[in-house]
Amino acid sequence: MTTSMFGESVQRREDDRLVRGAGTYVDDLGADALSVAFVRSHLAHARIVDIDVSEAVDVPGVVAVYTHADLPDRVAEPMPLLIPHPSLTEPRTQYALAKSHVHHVGEAVVMVLATDRYAAEDATERVYVEYEELPAVVGIETAARGDVVVHEDMTDNVAAHLVQEVGEVDAAFASAPHVLEFDLDMERSTSSPLEGRGVHAVWDERDRKLTVHSSTQAPTSVRFAIANIVGLPDQQVDVIAPDIGGGFGVKIMHPWPEEILVPWAAREWGRAVKFVDDRREHFLAANHERGQLHHVRVGFDDEGRILGLDVRFDHDHGAYIPYGLILPIITSTQLPGPYVLPAYRVEFRSLYTTTMTCTPYRGAGRPQGVFTMERTVDKIAAELGLDRATVRDRNLIQPDQFPYDLGLTFQDGRPAIYDSGNFPELLRRLRALVGWDDFAAERAAAEAEGRRIGIGMGLYVEGTGVGPYEGGHVRVETTGRVQVSTGLSSQGQGHETVFAQIVADELGVPFESVDVVTGDTRRFAYAVGTFASRAAVMSGNAIALAAREVKAKALRIAAEALEANPDDLEIIDGIVSVKGTPARSIPITQVAVLSNPLRYSFSKEAQAATQFTIPTSTDLPPVPAGEEPGLEGTGYYSPVRSTFASGAHAAVIETDPLTAEIRILRYAVVHDCGRIINPMILEGQIHGGVAQGVAGALYERMAYDDEGQLLNASFMDFLMPYVTEIPTPLIDHIETPSPLNPLGIKGAGEAGVIPVTAAIASAIEDAEGISIDRMPISPDDLFELRRSAGSFVRPSGKLGVG
Amino acid sequence: MSDERTEQVSLVVNGESRIVDVPHRRLLSDALRHDLGLTGTHVGCEHGVCGCCTVLLDGLPVRSCLTFAIACEGSEIETVEGLAGDDGSLHPVQEAFRECHGLQCGFCTPGFLMTAAALLDTTPDPSDEEITEAMAGNLCRCTGYVNIAAAFRRAAELTAAPATEVES
Repeated sequence: MTTSMFGESVQRREDDRLVRGAGTYVDDLGADALSVAFVRSHLAHARIVDIDVSEAVDVPGVVAVYTHADLPDRVAEPMPLLIPHPSLTEPRTQYALAKSHVHHVGEAVVMVLATDRYAAEDATERVYVEYEELPAVVGIETAARGDVVVHEDMTDNVAAHLVQEVGEVDAAFASAPHVLEFDLDMERSTSSPLEGRGVHAVWDERDRKLTVHSSTQAPTSVRFAIANIVGLPDQQVDVIAPDIGGGFGVKIMHPWPEEILVPWAAREWGRAVKFVDDRREHFLAANHERGQLHHVRVGFDDEGRILGLDVRFDHDHGAYIPYGLILPIITSTQLPGPYVLPAYRVEFRSLYTTTMTCTPYRGAGRPQGVFTMERTVDKIAAELGLDRATVRDRNLIQPDQFPYDLGLTFQDGRPAIYDSGNFPELLRRLRALVGWDDFAAERAAAEAEGRRIGIGMGLYVEGTGVGPYEGGHVRVETTGRVQVSTGLSSQGQGHETVFAQIVADELGVPFESVDVVTGDTRRFAYAVGTFASRAAVMSGNAIALAAREVKAKALRIAAEALEANPDDLEIIDGIVSVKGTPARSIPITQVAVLSNPLRYSFSKEAQAATQFTIPTSTDLPPVPAGEEPGLEGTGYYSPVRSTFASGAHAAVIETDPLTAEIRILRYAVVHDCGRIINPMILEGQIHGGVAQGVAGALYERMAYDDEGQLLNASFMDFLMPYVTEIPTPLIDHIETPSPLNPLGIKGAGEAGVIPVTAAIASAIEDAEGISIDRMPISPDDLFELRRSAGSFVRPSGKLGVG
Repeated sequence: MSDERTEQVSLVVNGESRIVDVPHRRLLSDALRHDLGLTGTHVGCEHGVCGCCTVLLDGLPVRSCLTFAIACEGSEIETVEGLAGDDGSLHPVQEAFRECHGLQCGFCTPGFLMTAAALLDTTPDPSDEEITEAMAGNLCRCTGYVNIAAAFRRAAELTAAPATEVES
């Protein structure tokens, strides 16, 4: 047998080109393209009174200057509402260029087209927009009050209101021996990939075809949007996601105004046109996430078992709501995590503010839900004087309870049913990995040195691999190279490698012979996109199914050539042979030749498939009924519902008694994403996720002032951590395969980030003895908390060192 | 094209003499990427914080996004494209990043590679502290830095001894 590639830490095939600087990112294209720059609103909320572009058009190098009034037809209409929902009663989406009003700082108002970006930016400074300033709406409380309304045609700021309830919540509270009630607050952050957004479009007048490269997580969907809005048949638009410098969610938003305007301008001018954002406009005009305010009521018994949980929260979705209610729905449905909730009610409002629009950022609503659930469990433990791990253990869903139906509707419109998992084992391993049970001694030793340390944990369940589907295509060429394609795109997750691993195993060919292309509509037209930790689950399984189809076909053809039964054949290292009789064999290259009956030969090998040489019956058609020429196959994987991964994190932190500086001493992760395809890549995903989690817990926030100005729209002020801030996590895995898909896998891309804020908040609370109910937390915040608490008492009852 | 005044600037890029005709305000990063076609150098922030655009200017790592091309007259510049040998063999820092999974999306990678190459030029056997210090000027959003640090250590090993000897 050949060695199985599945489960091996195979080195990435993406890396050779990337370490040579030979990758192709959007801004690497179009040296001669016209360059686009935008005039963006400097006000959070205003009516546009007048736009004067007369000086701008005279700037040397300027080709055209566009305002909304210049846009035709669909391009002038509001951008699509991507995901409608019956509860989304007041959807508002932006115009590609602002029409009469602006609703956030950074909103595009005027587009300049010039020979290069320098000239285009020069011209933006010569455009004069006269605004009538309107009051800004910043922050959830302000939006909820509704005395200032973001959208002129609305009477308040509520876009949607949704309630989900399972069990008898009121009855549960009426009989609960203990009830706690509190508020929790999570601020905004943003994906911040190091490559921002970019789009490059070429119009080919002879072929009447648009070819668009975009730094997107959803190229097929961008294609449909461009075709629909610019007004071309789908077949005359191709969208390619080339090498992408990170996504983390922000690039699942589509189409961006720029993704419509640039292809439209390319068609207008019959030239290549390119837009690449700079870091400031990425902060101002690429989407954010996370801001939610939760009001929580929990009823529980003397043992700490939860009887009822009632959560009302407000979600700040910013100026527009193109992505629908996905984020608050995910928060609502992932909040219960690994715990049994006999009665659960969750109610949210999604609110407009005059700040940047919010759409998924890695974790996508889950970090907020997990923060609420885990803070709730910690508060129960504190109230009852119980160990936090013990309270968790008592509330966990047990391994024999799967499939476990939450009774809620998940983000895919389908029931949230946990397919598999082993939550007690996650917790047991986490305690061992982080040293939970020995921490009292560790704390005492630290205290003896005048140091203040704390420990905390966070558990989560993550719905991954959401539908509706992905597809894959596998083709064996007569050279023996295996060409694989799938429609979703990659942003650094190593898809080329893991998909090649899957095909090598399924088909029985050398890993080195497999080439993988992702995110190119010229190669695979049907896809959904890369989000919700779904690429490995969805495309991985689709490609596996395609490979199985190709294998079955190869065996049928080889069986005829070898005069054997297909069931008696196997494929190893690209050779089809009779099991136990390796001498009776045929290389898969030759099978590929035979799969395509030829009249005209194109190579020496191909001569074997021509009409006077091919050894087939003259009574049957050369291509039998039900078969197609070529050794290739297409597979689609469309799951009945999502598969649920899970994990547990713990943090040990130290706080400086004087400066309130917060330092992570140890970070532990136990992770379950079903069967692991490539442990090296998986651990890389966890490392990166934890880093983003730490960033979101301790450093990163979107500092909007009351006027709606983003005060930290640069890497000087937005504190993305360097190596000096990020711990090396301890990692342990368990593998509970998913019963839902052929490969038994679950998603892993987002997991690392999800419970970090919860775990770190818990650890800081443990160190400080002060409730940590608002995250992220800076040393300043902690200092203020200490001051307003006026006390440094820990739950243990000991005074801290002040 | 704009009527902006330009100057001819002579550079030695990856050992090759090149002349670029640039306006005074043109950034070195833009001249490398868009005038010379060396798109391996990436621009992540254009304000000198992220380090993606790091190149070696007369042997020292600099932010090419904070450097005017015109200020580089007569200078030697090394970019990521110049790291591999003439026979295509990977430089030890490139080999180490690949081996250690020190990159995911690859966008920050050229900046880290040039930083690592510069470190190993002056400090062939760096301590963990020296590696952290060298890395601390570059941002990465994918890896959490764990495997980048490992790659720096591995690159030092590979520089000290050929790969086969280290592995045996």
